[in-house]
Amino acid sequence: MMAVTVIVRYPVLALVGRFDIPAPVYRALKFVPVAVLTAISVPEILAPEGELALSYSNAHLVAGTIAIATAWRTRNLLATIVLGMAVFFVWRYLFAA
Amino acid sequence: MDVDLYHGPVTPLGYSRKSEFFRGGKDTFPLILGAIPFGIIFGAVAVTTDFSAWGTLAMSAFVFAGSAQFIAIGLVAQGIATGLIVLTTFAVNLRHALYAASLGIYMKHLPHRWLLPLGFWLTDETYAVAIRRYLNNDASPYKHWYYLGSAVFMYGNWQLSTLIGVVAGQKLRNLPDLGLSYAMVVTFIGIVIPFITSRPMLLCAVVSGAVAMVTDGVPNKMGLMMAAVSGIAAGLAAERWAVKDRPAKELNRN
Repeated sequence: MMAVTVIVRYPVLALVGRFDIPAPVYRALKFVPVAVLTAISVPEILAPEGELALSYSNAHLVAGTIAIATAWRTRNLLATIVLGMAVFFVWRYLFAA
Repeated sequence: MDVDLYHGPVTPLGYSRKSEFFRGGKDTFPLILGAIPFGIIFGAVAVTTDFSAWGTLAMSAFVFAGSAQFIAIGLVAQGIATGLIVLTTFAVNLRHALYAASLGIYMKHLPHRWLLPLGFWLTDETYAVAIRRYLNNDASPYKHWYYLGSAVFMYGNWQLSTLIGVVAGQKLRNLPDLGLSYAMVVTFIGIVIPFITSRPMLLCAVVSGAVAMVTDGVPNKMGLMMAAVSGIAAGLAAERWAVKDRPAKELNRN
């Protein structure tokens, strides 16, 4: 992982104008974070116990929806985390099994 | 030699290595404050999942990349293959290549003993202040000391706030399940949503999420691989159609 940090930042700084990521590779890489992180998050939100749980008592779903709305409106990561977790804790407390 | 243009004996009045260094730190201060909660959350979440205190601190010391560190601990907790973790963090960090390309044109005269640490320490925050310093139209020969000051304060702060999070997280670890692992999901949401600025990107997310639901039960996290690949393919296809469509529509309009 340190290699990843250094590889992305240093060579470009050192080799400006002599180094380019091929355009098709760059186009595909651009989609990687969205594809991977969405694939991990969606089942955690919609089916936290392994079964599809489309219910207002599913804290993961309610907090996830609030977090998506917050991120969309504010583009602010900290606000998204804080509001999402606050809703999550309140919901879990209210609907604790 | 033209190096003398930068390191000549005459220093313009008002600029010194030291003053540049501390001004860099000072100008980064508001952004440093903004990074503190992320360091604390990262440290706390990492030690309450699979990471040891030392592993967490080492990650902040050697990786030094906020989003990538959050993503890495989330993917490790999920038991995702190392190759996919490296690819994802690489892609998330790609924006730094753009920063480096934009700063690099001002740093061609610097030796590699400068470029290597400055490259490692390049962050969103330091880029934001350093590029403004380089664009400022004055003759200071020590603008890289400004960059260094910004980077050193960012780095020190990241280590300190991670440590605070680790200490707090170790106290929470022995309590019954607080659901802190859910912090990972909201963090991912906060990282992903700003990426979704085009229809191909939205399609990528929708397809990836849908395939992930369908393949949720597939063993060894292979479902995740299938979902990610489907999402990337959908995004690329949508992009290609959008490019092909546009000239046709413009022709029709004329």
